[in-house]
Amino acid sequence: MTATTRDTAAAGNGAAAPAADPLTIAGTAFGSRLIMGTGGAPSLEILERALLASGTELTTVAMRRLDPTVQGSVLSVLDRHGIRPLPNTAGCFTAGEAVLTARLAREALGTDWVKLEVVADERTLLPDPVELLDAAETLVDDGFTVLPYTNDDPVLARKLEDVGCAAIMPLGSPIGSGLGIRNPHNFELIVERATVPVILDAGAGTASDASLAMELGCGAVMLASAVTRAREPALMAAAMRHAVEAGRLARRAGRIPRRHFAEASSPAEGRAALDPERPAF
Amino acid sequence: MTVSVNGEPREITEGTTLDLLVATLTRAPSGVAAAVNETVVPRGQWPLTALGEGDRVEVLTAVQGG
Repeated sequence: MTATTRDTAAAGNGAAAPAADPLTIAGTAFGSRLIMGTGGAPSLEILERALLASGTELTTVAMRRLDPTVQGSVLSVLDRHGIRPLPNTAGCFTAGEAVLTARLAREALGTDWVKLEVVADERTLLPDPVELLDAAETLVDDGFTVLPYTNDDPVLARKLEDVGCAAIMPLGSPIGSGLGIRNPHNFELIVERATVPVILDAGAGTASDASLAMELGCGAVMLASAVTRAREPALMAAAMRHAVEAGRLARRAGRIPRRHFAEASSPAEGRAALDPERPAF
Repeated sequence: MTVSVNGEPREITEGTTLDLLVATLTRAPSGVAAAVNETVVPRGQWPLTALGEGDRVEVLTAVQGG
């Protein structure tokens, strides 16, 4: 065997590796299209293993009152693996609270990126669209790179993009619900119009949800609970990584149209003339 | 005099600056932010920020979330 044929064999079926296909947000490229959250993990050690298995390069953290008794830091875990922290404004109910939290995060973490969350109530954790848009506009004007957690509303998505948001992060279903993408059609409408990445945020429960998001044209998937609250977080993190990659490849490949009836994949011509009444058993 | 630190009342001596107050909570050289009465105070300004009676100080850091 020559060196050339050995190389061909090593490539497996002679298939070319997928071309580099980075996710670009506000001019920054990421190799991974899976954005992880860090909430809900039973321990920092379990979280760390899950983050590594996910392959993520961008991961959210929350801003809370400093507790001197807490040992270990999520920031040191991210730092150890070169994962970029993305502070969020989780727990904010008004634009004012969210803007102040974003400014505190910028000061603490030295990043002007913020995952903007302004929710309406504790029960649904659904975004408050009026406060969200107000906060987004203020933060963009203040020099922030804003990634807003939003309703799956194509009109609101367009308005968030119009005020300068760097990505649109619609929810598939309520945070932590694991109900997947309840309105895939809205995602298609948002993706069609958006010129910034659309990122599924909230609702993914298992791998197929992440694949569906990517097949619908999302640029990335953001999730936390689906991994951190799974029985085996690191295993689910690996599943999500593959699901996002598979969904992305399928989107790029272009799926076949849905049809009402069958369409044979074997040729209709050239079939043998057999007596249908007397099969030769 | 009394100030509020992360929602808890705290007795401090007159003229205490923000850097000294934060140092009672953490020695971390980064990853911490502070606001006094809902205004963010950049870390470089902490030694220049003398606290006054009734000031509300919030000291935040990043935790697991999202």
